[in-house]
Amino acid sequence: MTEIVTQRTEELSMYWEKLGCRFARVDAVFDECMKEAQALLSKAGLEAYIENARIIGKMGRGAEPLLIYLEEAPGVASIIGEHALIRLREFSEYLSTHTNFKAIVPFLQYSGAVARRLNNDKMYWRYIELIRDMLDRTSGSIHGHHTTFASPGLPELLKQAPKLLGVLSLRGLQNWIEYGIKYYNHHPERQEEYFRLESADAVAVMQRERHGTLLVNNERKLDTYIRALWNDSDYLIPYPVAFDEQRKAMPYYTDDGIRLPDVYDDFNGVSGIDRYRAALAHMAAHRRWSQKMIVDNWSPFQRASVEIFEDSRVEYLACQKYPGLRKLFLALHPIPKEEDLQLEAQGISVFRLRLAMLSRAILDPAYTCQNEHVSEFVKRFHELMAGGESTSAAMASVALAFIARTRGQRDLSANMYFDNTEVDYRDDNRHLWIYIEESDEEEMFEHLDQRKNPEVELQALPPRHYDEWDYNTKSYRPDWVSVYEALHPRGNPAVIDNLLAKHAALAKRLKKMLDLLKPQDKVRIRYQEEGSELDLDVAIRSLIDFKGGSSPDPRINMSHRNDGRNIAVSVVLDLSESLNEKAAGSTQTILELSQEAVSLLAWAIEKLGDPFSISGFHSNTRHDVRFMHIKGFSEKWDDEVKGRLAAMEASYSTRMGAAMRHASHYLEQQQADKKLMLILTDGEPADIDSRDGRILIEDARKAVTELDQKGIYAYCINLDPKADEYVKDIFGKQYTIIDKVADLPAKLPQLFISLTK
Amino acid sequence: MTNKNQYTVSKEPFYQAQGDEVALYEAAYAARLPVMVKGPTGCGKSRFIEYMAWKLNKPLITVACNEDMTASDLVGRYLLDANGTRWLDGPLTTAARIGAICYLDEIVEARQDTTVVIHPLTDHRRTLPLDKKGELIEAHPDFQLVISYNPGYQSLMKDLKQSTKQRFTGFEFDYPDAALESEILAKETGLDIEVCGKLVQIGQAARNLKGHGLDEGISTRLLVYAAILIKNGVDAKAACRMALVRPITDDADIRDTLDHAIDASFA
Repeated sequence: MTEIVTQRTEELSMYWEKLGCRFARVDAVFDECMKEAQALLSKAGLEAYIENARIIGKMGRGAEPLLIYLEEAPGVASIIGEHALIRLREFSEYLSTHTNFKAIVPFLQYSGAVARRLNNDKMYWRYIELIRDMLDRTSGSIHGHHTTFASPGLPELLKQAPKLLGVLSLRGLQNWIEYGIKYYNHHPERQEEYFRLESADAVAVMQRERHGTLLVNNERKLDTYIRALWNDSDYLIPYPVAFDEQRKAMPYYTDDGIRLPDVYDDFNGVSGIDRYRAALAHMAAHRRWSQKMIVDNWSPFQRASVEIFEDSRVEYLACQKYPGLRKLFLALHPIPKEEDLQLEAQGISVFRLRLAMLSRAILDPAYTCQNEHVSEFVKRFHELMAGGESTSAAMASVALAFIARTRGQRDLSANMYFDNTEVDYRDDNRHLWIYIEESDEEEMFEHLDQRKNPEVELQALPPRHYDEWDYNTKSYRPDWVSVYEALHPRGNPAVIDNLLAKHAALAKRLKKMLDLLKPQDKVRIRYQEEGSELDLDVAIRSLIDFKGGSSPDPRINMSHRNDGRNIAVSVVLDLSESLNEKAAGSTQTILELSQEAVSLLAWAIEKLGDPFSISGFHSNTRHDVRFMHIKGFSEKWDDEVKGRLAAMEASYSTRMGAAMRHASHYLEQQQADKKLMLILTDGEPADIDSRDGRILIEDARKAVTELDQKGIYAYCINLDPKADEYVKDIFGKQYTIIDKVADLPAKLPQLFISLTK
Repeated sequence: MTNKNQYTVSKEPFYQAQGDEVALYEAAYAARLPVMVKGPTGCGKSRFIEYMAWKLNKPLITVACNEDMTASDLVGRYLLDANGTRWLDGPLTTAARIGAICYLDEIVEARQDTTVVIHPLTDHRRTLPLDKKGELIEAHPDFQLVISYNPGYQSLMKDLKQSTKQRFTGFEFDYPDAALESEILAKETGLDIEVCGKLVQIGQAARNLKGHGLDEGISTRLLVYAAILIKNGVDAKAACRMALVRPITDDADIRDTLDHAIDASFA
């Protein structure tokens, strides 16, 4: 151990004595910490600081907790009050006695960052309560009375807390933690992964709970915005902002679309959606008025200057077209502090500040600026713009002149002044530049790299993810189920034709019923002796006949009949393993009977001319729900489709909710007054990864409610004689149980006909 | 005999020509060719016909067509009176008798079998048989038939028969370009031209959304309504919301976008 001989003032020595600590590492930093503490704390605070530090030092968990306490505690106390000194120690002690002592270091280490985010003592106590609750529930015990296993997720949670609180409210954080405890309490590795914010759910739940305006929720609004006001359109692609704290990404656009942050919080009285609009307006203005420039010979300073002038030009033009935009831009554009120009004397580069002042002065006529160069160039800018739209090249020459005029000695200093110079709704202007020579910047190589590894051709469509309802928590598990869709493989269509031939007698009976249902337009039935209203034309004609001496027509009433048939039908077949069983009292399997029934149904619907689709599904855990198209809405009932129906096979389990959601995705897009989804199943929703049988039933029930909200009428045809126990829970009154499965081919089309009569 | 004067257009309607349509119409009228005008709602079709009637100094009989209209609503029918029955000419018959321009507005709204009665009037025969009355009317030399329809928003079911279409010469109307449209607004309502320009800008924003949630953009007619409201002292933004946005959409996203366009245009 190296002895550091420190010369302390009398006061400091007294505190050092009180601390009663022998760690050399503490000794080394003690003076520095005290200097800071003395600046931040009151006299009483200092006493408490030392006293609590002493207790932490005596906890027997090494020097680390004490070191961090000494460093962080004064900062926390200055933000949320000096009682924090005691609370931090108390909670550290709590952790120390509860097998979770490993969490003390991260807890103390990030206490300052958390305090800065919450900025309020009440909130901070609630945060500590949240942590305490989480650790109590995730620490394991063997016999129930002593916690013997430390909470695996706690240290990770504490490390992520500042970042999480940056995007979530405390309430949101609570929900996020709840979710993690709920689903990963018995799986330590997964729990750790969740609280480290590495698992997909962790990110998905965070997105759900976060505050602010999300791009995905407003895509249509923004799309209509850029289309309506700018007569422009492109893909809007979100990029994440939450995890890039070091490098703030800026909006930009390239050939493949417009990139915007995935979320905007309200800022300075401007709502999130308006911030998106401002960013879009700025980019749309570039797309309309900017020209590309060759920039190989320009220095970064020159480019930055050209950017500012060009940004100002397009905004100026945009504000001329839509004066209301100026209010938005003004609220979002930072107001640079002119007095900070003097900082140049201290060796700080104020080059960005000058440009920001210029930009603000051009945008804001009320911005007063003493700097003569800036004022002069604002004037030159306005003179140029007075002549019309001007050009990017004209802006560039003024911009270069500005740089030449104002170049300062310290501009190249590494110590750059950044405060209030970032205009965050502006894009990064990558579209302005043309480089003739290939540069050796990093991105160029990335590009080459990609060329070497052409992406592997996708074999199938990428999965679609659907939420699943969890009745325990009354919330959706976001993106829980992956649905893979594909065309059903083809078989021999003759099989289906044979089946239809076998049921020819039944088909004949059905045909009679169908003829009664044949679509007829909305008609006015005239010449009725009894009807809903008097048909004046006919009545007068009768009266005229009567007066004229001939015998009048008594059929002078008319009535209306609303006979339009506008129904889209989606038939969803459960193709789970159980269909392979023989049906009771029949030599055929349920699958074969279903095949017959669906063939007849399809034939009947085709006769009626309603648009319909057929699809089948089965699932093998939530990661693999397969949804197979047998007939699409636009396909005809032809050999291709019959072939697919003939090749139907049954396997795996029944995850009904996801399949219904996916089928509704297509049915929803049909233009029809009435939308009907027929679900043919032989058992309750179940899957091998769902131990709680109730979950999938409740999820299916939720899916039915969702369908209802979309205007889709879900109807279940259940072949399970014991279905009464659950089918009513899922479908309410919209179901039929077919006890005698052998009757299915006859029942199904009849059922459909009576449903749509 | 029907009073011819009631159908004459006495005061010059304001109409701003977008191209050479006035001269073309005059040529069509000189040859008494039937005319069809097409275009989106509120772009000035009816106003144009009214203006031409005034310019040619001919009476104008307008019929707004609807689904329940029957052939006898156009041609005429027997009515009852104290002594028995009396024949009453329909608007088409009246026009043929007095030599008026007969304007069938939104012709596709009428059922297709109804529109067939105009056929004999629209070719070289220029006659109208009144079968119930047993009379064959020779059209007056000044008589001309004009129909209008909007090919955009009616359903596929409501189209004109080919045999009807091919009896007309056609004019295609659209909303005028921005400068002209502001001028029209300014002249029609007396509102400041600059404000009119902003109204037109909002109108064009909505027209860009046609097919993306709007069936039709904001028509010139609605812009005129907004201009009148502003002229009468209503706050510009409120007037725009009331006259331009609320009537055309119930879609919250579109409404938000258009509201924003209003805020952006009227700073």
